[in-house]
Amino acid sequence: MTAAATVSGIGRPRRFGKALPVSLWALLLLTPAFVSLASVSFYPIISGLYLSLTNTSLITQENEFSGFSNYVQLWGDAQFWNAWWHTMWFTTASTILETVIGLGMALILCEAFKGRGLVRAAMLVPWAMPTVVTSKMFGWLFDGQNGIINYILLHAGLIDQNINWYGSPDTAMMTIIIADVWKTTPFMALLLLTGLQTVPNSLIEAARMDGAKGWTTFWYIRLPLLMPTLLIAGLFRALDAFRVFDLVYVLTGGGPADSTETLSTLSYKVLFSTLQFGYGSAVSTAMFVTEGIIALVFCLYLIRQIRRAQ
Amino acid sequence: MNDARSPLQTIAIYLGALLILVWSGGPFLWQFSTSFQLDKALTSGSPSLIPAPFTLEHYYNAFIEKQLHRYVWNSLVVSLATTFLCLFVGSLAAFALSRLNVKGRFGILMVILSVSMFPQIALVGPLYLVATSLGLLDTYTALIITYLALGLPLVTWVLFGYFETLPREIDEAARMDGVSVPGLLWHIILPMSLPSLVTTGLLAFITAWNEFLFALAFTSNIDRQTIPVGIANFTNLYYVPWGDIAAASAVVTVPLIVLVLFFQRHIIEGLTQGGIKE
Repeated sequence: MTAAATVSGIGRPRRFGKALPVSLWALLLLTPAFVSLASVSFYPIISGLYLSLTNTSLITQENEFSGFSNYVQLWGDAQFWNAWWHTMWFTTASTILETVIGLGMALILCEAFKGRGLVRAAMLVPWAMPTVVTSKMFGWLFDGQNGIINYILLHAGLIDQNINWYGSPDTAMMTIIIADVWKTTPFMALLLLTGLQTVPNSLIEAARMDGAKGWTTFWYIRLPLLMPTLLIAGLFRALDAFRVFDLVYVLTGGGPADSTETLSTLSYKVLFSTLQFGYGSAVSTAMFVTEGIIALVFCLYLIRQIRRAQ
Repeated sequence: MNDARSPLQTIAIYLGALLILVWSGGPFLWQFSTSFQLDKALTSGSPSLIPAPFTLEHYYNAFIEKQLHRYVWNSLVVSLATTFLCLFVGSLAAFALSRLNVKGRFGILMVILSVSMFPQIALVGPLYLVATSLGLLDTYTALIITYLALGLPLVTWVLFGYFETLPREIDEAARMDGVSVPGLLWHIILPMSLPSLVTTGLLAFITAWNEFLFALAFTSNIDRQTIPVGIANFTNLYYVPWGDIAAASAVVTVPLIVLVLFFQRHIIEGLTQGGIKE
């Protein structure tokens, strides 16, 4: 409040809104943000939509309108569907795992124990680390020959020979999901924790008075009240997981034998390796549409849940 | 709730907490330890967490052979510029939305938020063509302009959330005293929002520091490539230099971790405000 008093220009009365009406000021202050988002986010989407209807290629230097031929080609492209299914599988598996494990972590953090601050701080480490570093780190942890994970599992008697984690088509996708779950779950837990902390303690106390056990209070009080937070966090996580690029590109490059190819890595290769910007834009537009549908379904479900809760 | 706990539950909670600690810290600890071990020790078949013998060879390789400092410098330039631009543009927008009676401001905020969920791969192709035609490939400018837009939604949301918590009476008082609109933002709102500015600045910095896709597409040589691209390209001809990679990882991650740990309380508060609260 003192700031307001000291800064106020004495002898310049009623200048607020005099030089420029407030609504013009609002427009002026919002303009830089609008320009930035319009040119770097909206323009490319529109431009990509147009490119996807052309045969643009940086090699042949063509850029003629070709109607829906790229989409027809896409529909019959086994590589595209392969990547589509991988992306859906990755999104579903990592979102569910992250939400469930994250909820478990949040429930532990909700309790009072010594060193809670330390644990909470440590949980930000995976989140802050560059994804490229995470990829390389998991490359070393899960290395087929000298990886520490193989060493531990071997000595614990859980496996009888080294597994070639991300070098074999059977386990490569699983390794990438593990890496993603490692990186994002702690942060998810912190988000859910703040949601849990808004559940009034009096409710839980009251339930306990009535003889409810821990599991019952969780299932009937905490979980229903946490549901909106859980769904919103899940939605953001799913949309983010759907775009996965860094992890896959650095750890496996989409291989071995295309077993980890996702929509983002496939688009990138079509765009920047074959330089077919028309077809590449069709792939990324199809991806944009799929993501839109996921968001829509999630939101409709969310609205229904909230309505039902009321 | 402590008194209602049985000894068994207490043990379970501590065990769970320990698991979370190992989960979060373990892998990076191993990476950190790896960076001080000789290649011979790493491939010996009996790994040990304590580096013996201790070596700085991998750090030498990372800096002298792979020129890590040049990537670090590029990343610093791009990330710092992005941070300040994001704070500047974001605080203007958040201030307008919070204080200037903008019609449909929640609609605008929702649009801003949904922009942050666009798949970045859908943006990179068209932006690459624009950058080519403007001669912006291999420049800091292209990266900074892109990262500004990537960081802006989160920065605007978090700052908006914070501005909303500042009492409206301040505006009234300022108005009475004849403070202009920019004066209100610059002399009153921003000085009161310093903690939030630090947090959002850090978030913007991390976004730019960690970004990989656009840096990969827009830059092609060490003069402009950022750390993630540099580390992604850290390979030798015949084997993967895990030790060198670990050293580089430590160099680029440790400062980030220190910063994050220092501001952890603000980060969690700021992000939950921006990401979850509607």
